[in-house]
Amino acid sequence: MATIRPRVKAPRKASPGEVVEIKTLINHSMESGQRKDKNGDPIPRQIINKFVAAFNGREFFTVDLAPAISANPYLSFYAKVEESGEFTFTWHDDDGSVYEDSKSIEVA
Amino acid sequence: MTTANKAFGLLSAGLLGLGLLATGPANAADDGTRIDWGPYKVDEKRSGYTYAGAQTRAMQDDEFQNPAFLWLERGMDLWETADGAANTSCADCHGDAEESMAGVATRYPIYFDDWGKLMNIEQRINWCRETQMQAEPLKWESDALLGLTAFVKNQSKGMPIDVAVDGPAAPFFEQGKAFYETRRGQLDLACTHCHVDNEGNLIRAETLSQGQANGFPTYRLKWQSVGSLHRRFRGCNRNIRAQPYPYGSDEYTNLELYVTWRGNGLPVESPSVRK
Amino acid sequence: MTDARETGGPSRRTILLTIGGTAVAAGLTAVPGLAWADEAAVAEAIKGMVGDMPPESGVTLDLPEIAENGNTVPLSFEVDAPMSGDVYVKDVMVLADGNPSPDVAVFHFTPMSGKAAASTRLRLAGTQNVVAVAQLSDGTAMMGKKQVKVTIGGCGG
Repeated sequence: MATIRPRVKAPRKASPGEVVEIKTLINHSMESGQRKDKNGDPIPRQIINKFVAAFNGREFFTVDLAPAISANPYLSFYAKVEESGEFTFTWHDDDGSVYEDSKSIEVA
Repeated sequence: MTTANKAFGLLSAGLLGLGLLATGPANAADDGTRIDWGPYKVDEKRSGYTYAGAQTRAMQDDEFQNPAFLWLERGMDLWETADGAANTSCADCHGDAEESMAGVATRYPIYFDDWGKLMNIEQRINWCRETQMQAEPLKWESDALLGLTAFVKNQSKGMPIDVAVDGPAAPFFEQGKAFYETRRGQLDLACTHCHVDNEGNLIRAETLSQGQANGFPTYRLKWQSVGSLHRRFRGCNRNIRAQPYPYGSDEYTNLELYVTWRGNGLPVESPSVRK
Repeated sequence: MTDARETGGPSRRTILLTIGGTAVAAGLTAVPGLAWADEAAVAEAIKGMVGDMPPESGVTLDLPEIAENGNTVPLSFEVDAPMSGDVYVKDVMVLADGNPSPDVAVFHFTPMSGKAAASTRLRLAGTQNVVAVAQLSDGTAMMGKKQVKVTIGGCGG
């Protein structure tokens, strides 16, 4: 898909110390480097190789992805929130592109 | 037993011998007969959902796991995007899709007088683009057309399919029915042989479904992408070693009406997830 | 895939995975002609991460027994360990022993993760074992393993 745009689901509110679930999805073909085109030439690898989740600027969950991760990678994970703030999510592409999204959460 | 059925009986025996076709409960999917499928089963009509494994169903049930929503959101943006010489967007004419498009997908394909034949949602979108927006039609199977189709159809999610097959649609419906029942390809099979006569039986490790259309466009695990019903038709035709018809061809649009009618009463599920 | 495995054969079992993040992206690049993953390759990767083979307990792997399509196999895991400030789960490495490369993903956690659990979807080239190895901040290692059968499609295949 031409436009790469992530989707993130995170709760808007939580109580202090609560562990919340976050779900993310991004459209990306995760070209494995294992396939060949119609002429028999290898299709070069191009994947999202790293995902980083941070809260108020602090990284708390990262993933290194291999070509064995399915196209349109889905990741769900947890975060323990003590104060209000902003989650930032970044996806790093083999071609150097970085895709970002953010969600704020009110903790009271 | 008709001659066709007899011949298929022989073919089945051949496939059984080769271990390609087996009867009995599916091991790849849950045994569909004992589960309460809720809206996904209406009388004897069963959505493809009921042939999918638990994980695939879970992927569809949760919008945030369903990758098709990546396409749908693109469609949502396009709905609001002005294009063409008329500098118009879908929303300029149709307003809030949630209201204007609710129920629309339950009635397509529809016969249009000025068109002289049937139009499905994809064709209607492109008709709007060309006629109203004076914009280029979107390419079949492009992310844009798939996204917009998924977005429009999703506004009817849960509503029962109710296509009209009488009146001016009748001759097209008959052509679609004839296509469905006509043997084709090197395997000399008609749609009926798999999706009516052998529905629920295994072909290799896979359970043959009723081939219902209510979930399209669908995110297919095999494709790792969203695809249209016509893409599925082309795949089916190729599987039986028949020459597929082009996307949006009259043959496939008429077939779409017949196949959709088979599922009248099943809920719109677009965009679904299928194996 | 089967052909490649039979003819290509693992001649050199070179595991390029590096734990800790920095070299992982480069290390995961599939090099044609290099090793196809197998049990030995997976074992080597595990030992590279945690030293000895950990006991098969402490990591719950949720995977389908039979995958409907090897392209998209849902995976969830949870490590049975606290996520306090003192001791917490640092890394979870997921490996598959029947893919072109054993590497699937490495998850890095912190006490702020709250829970050493995550879900994703992976590609499996055929029936094989999926392994998740967890390493705690105090060096403790644990492991979960599950076989997934990947069916041969009929018309879908």
